[in-house]
Parts: sequence; C-alpha cells; structure tokens
Amino acid sequence: MATHVETGPAPAGTATAGPPPAVAASGVTKRFTGGVVANDRVTFESRRGEVHALLGENGAGKTTLCNILTGLYRPDEGDISIDGRAVHFRSPHDAHAAGIFMVHQHLSLVDSLTVAENVVLGWSRTGGVRYSPHRVEAEITEIAERYHVRVDPRARVWQLSLGERQRVDILKALYRDARILILDEPTTVLTPAEIEQLFSSVREMVAGDRTVVFISHKLPEVLEIADRVTILRKGRSVTTVERAGTDASQLARLMVGHDLAEGRVRRATAGSGSQAPLVGPRTGSFFPTGGVPTAGTSVAGIGDASGAVDSPAPAPMLRLDAVCADGDFGRQVLFDVTLGIRPGEILGIAGVAGNGQRELAEVIAGLRPHTKGSVRVGDEPLTSGDARGAIERGIAFVPEDRMGTGVSPSLSVTENLILKAYRSGAAHAGPVLLMSRADAEAVSLMERFDIRASGPHALVRQLSGGNVQKVVLARELSSEPRVVIAASPTRGLDVGATEYVRSVLVGAAERGAAIMLISEDLDEIVELSDRIAVLYEGRVAGIVDAGRCTYEELGLMMAGAA
Amino acid sequence: MTLRIERSLDAPRWLRVALPFLSLILAAILSGIVLELSGHDALGTYRQIYSASLTSTGGLTATFVYATPLLFTGLAVAIAFRMRVWNIGGEGQLYMGAIGASGVGLLLGGWSQPLVIVAMMAGGIVAGALWAMIPGVLRAYLQTNEILVSLMLNYVAGLAMYLLIYDSQSFWRDLTSPTALVFPQGKNLLPAATWPGIQLGSFTLPLGFVVATVLAVLLFMLVRATRFGFEMRVMADSPNAARYAGMRTKRTILAVMAISGALAGLGGASQIGDFGHVLDPRGLEQAQYGYTGIVVAALALYNPLAVVIVSIFIGALTNAGFALQGPSFPSGLVGTMEGIILFSVLGGEILGRYRLRFGREPRHVTPLDAAGAEADA
Repeated sequence: MATHVETGPAPAGTATAGPPPAVAASGVTKRFTGGVVANDRVTFESRRGEVHALLGENGAGKTTLCNILTGLYRPDEGDISIDGRAVHFRSPHDAHAAGIFMVHQHLSLVDSLTVAENVVLGWSRTGGVRYSPHRVEAEITEIAERYHVRVDPRARVWQLSLGERQRVDILKALYRDARILILDEPTTVLTPAEIEQLFSSVREMVAGDRTVVFISHKLPEVLEIADRVTILRKGRSVTTVERAGTDASQLARLMVGHDLAEGRVRRATAGSGSQAPLVGPRTGSFFPTGGVPTAGTSVAGIGDASGAVDSPAPAPMLRLDAVCADGDFGRQVLFDVTLGIRPGEILGIAGVAGNGQRELAEVIAGLRPHTKGSVRVGDEPLTSGDARGAIERGIAFVPEDRMGTGVSPSLSVTENLILKAYRSGAAHAGPVLLMSRADAEAVSLMERFDIRASGPHALVRQLSGGNVQKVVLARELSSEPRVVIAASPTRGLDVGATEYVRSVLVGAAERGAAIMLISEDLDEIVELSDRIAVLYEGRVAGIVDAGRCTYEELGLMMAGAA
Repeated sequence: MTLRIERSLDAPRWLRVALPFLSLILAAILSGIVLELSGHDALGTYRQIYSASLTSTGGLTATFVYATPLLFTGLAVAIAFRMRVWNIGGEGQLYMGAIGASGVGLLLGGWSQPLVIVAMMAGGIVAGALWAMIPGVLRAYLQTNEILVSLMLNYVAGLAMYLLIYDSQSFWRDLTSPTALVFPQGKNLLPAATWPGIQLGSFTLPLGFVVATVLAVLLFMLVRATRFGFEMRVMADSPNAARYAGMRTKRTILAVMAISGALAGLGGASQIGDFGHVLDPRGLEQAQYGYTGIVVAALALYNPLAVVIVSIFIGALTNAGFALQGPSFPSGLVGTMEGIILFSVLGGEILGRYRLRFGREPRHVTPLDAAGAEADA
C-alpha cells in the first residue's frame, strides 16, 4: 500500500542511485493572468521505459504541466531536467530536439496534406530540402508496423477519423525518434478497439526504452496501462504511487482530495427548514409575492419539500426517461438517461467534463434533439429540439458558454434582457418593440440583480464576466421558470459573483423551481445540491443523496470505477 | 518591430461621422495627383464633374437616373449583409424583376396607369423575391453557401433574359416591327406602363427613387424597432444566442432573402417603368447595377438611410464619368478615379474601426496562454 509521499522522487526502494529520470520537473509553478495558478510547486519525474500516468480532475494542472515539459509554456518557477541534465526550453522546437513530444487533445495536422507529408512537415531525418515520398512512406510504414500504429501514409488527413489522426500525430513523434512521448487524454476520441490498439503501441514503445506520459482522468485505463501514477489536484502534485501498490478507491480519493469527514453537506441550515444562509435579503424580492405559479404545487408544499426530500409527496417537475442523444459529430453521447427533479429541489450533475453534461443540458433546453426517450415538464412532453417550446414551458437555461450562447455580445443590456421575452405580449405592439418600456424594466432588473453597467444601453461585451452572468440570470430567473438548467454557472467568476450566483439559484429553488446544477466543481455540487447524479460516458453512473454520499463514492463514479 | 492592426471598439462618434469626409478629401488629393501626372488639369476636372453631375442642364436628372437602380440594389445588399446573409445575387434578381415587371406591363398595358404601375411593381417584387428564395432555401435547409449560389444564379438570370429576347419567340420579344426582324429587341411598353417622374422645374425625380427612399426609411425602422429586426440583429451578432433564445433562424433567413430579392427586383421594375420601357438584356447587363449595389451598401455601412446618400453620390460620379469621357479623357482614367474614391472611403472606414499599432508583440499574454489557462483552469 503506497503512502502519501508529498515530494520526493519515488517510493523508497526504487530511488537508489539508478539512472537519472528520463524527465523530471521540480517545484514547477505556472501562473496565468487573472491570478490562476495552474501549477503550484509541482514535482514529477518519470523513468525510462515506463508508462507514467498523470491523473487528476479537469483543471488539476495536468495539461499545463505537460505544456511546460514540452516548451509551450515557460515555468515561472522550478526546473525541468532531461536525463538528469537541466534544460530550459524556449519553444516546442527545443523540446523536440531533446526528444520530448506531446500528442495534444486538439491535433494540429494539415488536412489537405497526406499522412507522410504531415509527418515530415517541418522536419526531415536527412535534413536538406528534398522530399522523397517513396523513402518517407517506406520509413513510416516500417515504424507503423513496429509500433502497431496502422495508418496509410498516402491518405490525406481530412479523410481520416479522429483516432487515425491521433495515430498520425504519434507517428510524427516516433518518426522524429521521440524518447519521451506525452499523450494528453488520448482515449477520449477513441473507440474501445482503438484504445486496445493504442495500449499495445504504448507497450511496444516502453519496451523500446521510451517513456510514455499518459494524461488521464479515467481510473480503469490508468490502472490498465500505467506503471506508476502521479496524482495532481488543484495545481499541486499530491503523490506518486506504484500501480502494483494501489487500487481504484485509493486513486479516486487522492484525485478528489477529501477525506470522508471533510465532505460538506448541502444547505445544512436550509435543510432544517430555516432561511438558507446564502439567500441574502436581495433575493427575497426577485419575484412577485406568491412564488412560481406552477402545475399543482403550492409554495407552502415546496417549503416542506426542501426539508424532507424523502417524503413521497411532490411529483417531479422535470422528468427524463431513457433519453438518448447524439453529439456534435453524430456519435451517440447520451445513453438512456433517466432522472427526475422535484419542485424546490437542486439536482447536481457531477462528472468530468465531456461525459455528456453539455449535451444533457442542451437536450432539456431544446437546443439538441433527443433521439430516444422523453423529457417532460410537469405533465407536458417537450418536443425534441424545440428551443422555443422549452422556453414556453418554463425551462430557463444558464448555458455554459455564456458569451457565445447566453448573450448577444454586441447588443445592449436591455436587448439581452428581452432576448426571450421580446415575443411576449407586453414587449411589443404589433410588430413594433416597445423599447422604452423594456429599458425601464431593464433598469429595475439591473438594480435587483446588481448588474453593474453604465446603463441599460451599455453593450454586454463591455461588461465583466460576473456582470454578464448576472444579465443571463436576470433574464432567465425573472421569467419565473419552473425548471432551471444551470451549466457551470460560476465558472470563471470571482468569489463575490460566485456566491451571488449560488444564492440566486438557491433562492429560485426555495421558490419552487426544479434546478439542475451542472458543474465540474465537486465542492459546489455537494454544497448546493439535494441529490447528486454522476454522469460517466453519457450514462447516469448513480444518483445519491448529497447528505449521505462521500467524495470517494463520487470520485469512483466520476472515474467510471463504481 | 511589427505592425499590428487591432480593433478599437471605442472610436469617438465625431470621428466616425467625420471619417467619410476626410476620406473624400484624401481621395480628391490622390486623384488630383493622378490627373496632374497624366497631363490633365485637376481643378478643371473637378469643376467639370461638379457641373456635369449637378448644375448643367439635365445634369442632376441624369445623376438620379444612375442613382435610382443603385439605391434599390444597395438597399437589397444592405438588408441582407446586415444580417450576415451574403446575397450577391442582386444582379440576377434585378434581371428577374425587369422580366417580371415588363411582362406585367405588356400584359396589362391597356389598364389605367396607376393600376398598371402597381401591378408592375408587384411583378418585379415577386420575381426578384422568388429568384432570391432559391439561394435562401438552399442556405436555410441545406446549408449551402449562398454567396456561390446567388452569384451563379446571376448568370442564369442573364441568360434567361437573352433567351427571351434573342433566342425565342417569347411574349417579351418584338416580332412585328421591321427593325426588330433584323435586330432582335423587346416589345415597347404602352404609355400607361410608363412611370411618371416628379417634375421640379427642369429636374425630374424618378418615381422609383421616391419609392426606394420610402423603403429605405421603412427598412431602417424595421431593423431598429421591430421584433423581426431584433431577431435579425441577434442572429447577425450571435447565431448561437438566437437559437438559444428560441428564434426561428431559418424563417428569418428566408424572409431576409425574400426582402433583399424583392428590393432588387423592384429595381428591375423601375428600370423598365422609369427609364427603359423595354426589356433590354444588353443594357441591363452592361450597367452591372447589382454588383455596384454591393459597393454602395458597403460605403453606407449597411445603413439603409446612408444608402440613399451614397447612391446619389455614386450616381453623380457615374454620370460625371460619362460626361468627362472623351478623346482626351480615357474611360480608364474615370475608372481610376472611382477606384481611388472607393479605396479611400473603405480604407478610412477600416482605419476608423481598427487602429494600427507599431511595436513589439507583448509577450506575457498570448492567445495561446489565455486559451491554455481557460482550458486548464
């Protein structure tokens, strides 16, 4: 059983004066503008001939660390060494010269060129300017056979699948004789068969004394391929463990980072029936008295519901039955998702990004058709892919991409506040919009939601992120919705704005809306939710009571190991 | 040392208003240099332009003859481009409008004048709108590129026009008069189908120009103050936000294409009713009103009211160009001057919205860093 080794190279016994590590980072810190510390004194080292997994949640700093190792970023502090020699990469070019390559999640290939041309682009084994397709193709074929990286060197890149393109990137590195190859979440675009093939290539590479650094947040594959695992959490390196001495639940705990006792329970005081602490006096005046007029649920009943989630009473306000949907590239991303949210309830959706959360939100908001199953609000089924219908049935949506979707940035605050309500009877006389009335309402909404702007005519793109989000919330929640879908509603906001957004959501739940809170911030989910559903690869891995679950349990489900 | 162009979001208002005028002064200086270098008297030429387009007998009338079709096609382009629907097909839509309006005019020539005029306008509107719906439908439902489709349809419309007059015994073709048997030509419309101009002393304001000006005001209000215009503006700014807000994007694209085509088609009707009184494929094709309309709309920054002013300005230039042209003043020089003006005004507009900055790239925040921080954090 491995122990928490805070710094130090590797567990005792292996750290005897052997060869120096193939690649090492010590005390690496990287700050980005805006005060984000992506890496905080990270220590990491990997030996020759091993598969070393870098495990961590989104935002743990894995990709930043590897971008530093490959010269894309320069560290603010700390040192990098290759084979025991200190190096200072000034560009990926320097890193390539030292034999270290990275296969990024977003591949950078030239679509119109052939595989062989892409492989030699910018680099040639023999130097010089002449390009001999036959020789290069023969060389590539040879490497491809040896490492089981099958791809036709004459195919043009646009003809290839994502998995094949990834192989081209790997070939590119092998062709340049990479000693250290970093794979950034390589399996996300692969089919199970392709994953098997990738793993066999990786084994072949380490057998040839190369080093493979494997970035992942999926426990099963880390346990399958890695020799050692370094865990990163919130920008820090937690520890490094041997594969042989660990198991899924230990890794999950290290990755999520809480001991069982630390798990906080949502809205402790709200649960006991008193005023929720997050709801300031401001939130009290959002809605006209009487709360949300919804199908058959009185406000009084809701107040009880938040105290007694188990009580049999209220039927779900939002109900999904076996919902399936396809992603942007036509691949199925949601599989038989079934869940319900009662009035006044906050259901947290936890999961590592890219496990279907965005698609789930879009299906409910009518922005993405569902291919099977049904979505119901109250008793009414939603038409697949009908955004207007969803709005009319009282679904509010706070989208993840607030600048790209949630607002029209070059329009004014007023115009963004009526983005949906412009159709309603009060907003227009015949075809003409009543802008002065809309302005007046915008002014009062700006006051109630604390939107700081020079006035209702200020353009939204000139506002700060927090104020943009308040515009979205003001619009979505002032419509007195029955269902609120909030996708990463606090991402990128400062502490004050974050607290405010949370209080608004809790306030909406208190008034009887059914809230779906999608977030990658597990603390936020645990803090605000009544129940938590975990999405893993487009399926509901489990639904648990927020008051009774542990971080370990959630971590295992999020990593697909439950 | 690098030269960078960056967007400046907050150019002062006075600058934006003054820019076109500053640009025109620059254009005058630049063309002056060209004129002097090619052995012409620059000031004399300008005086000639002024008199030919404004003060000479019939000068102002001629200016409006050129301005009228450009106002229609300029509005057609402005409304479409304002919504980022790239209708390049104003040319073909104008041809179709001319075919439609002349057909209606020939058919109903015996009716009372106001009825015929209204019917001709309707004919032009319907024909232009239907022609524009082809790229519109393809764009809305099949995601084809409307630039290519609408552009190619211009040639189809042009050929259709030639077919009617030169290569068939169509209803539009004059098959009776002796000259028409030798030189194919269209039937002349009856007097009832002639649109009356508004006489102001010696100056005649074409009916089409009046109609188009009213339409410009209506379009301006449509974009500014109506629900439809609001949808247009949201879609132009952020198609995702429009979808998110439950707006019916496809329907709006179709409607905008139809409006755009109707305007160009009405321009074609005005060519028949106001000026030609006969379907003349060659004349319409050589005039290239549809393409010049793109320039007009761009100079007007796609603002319908500004299109009115710009169309008069370009009309005056075109008119003066024909007046200047002669043995000592080649048409190439006229084209050069027009090019310099367009270059200056559009260049000035870009510089107003962007600013040039000399200096070294600031190293600390590159887009890559920012993207990385966002993806990672």
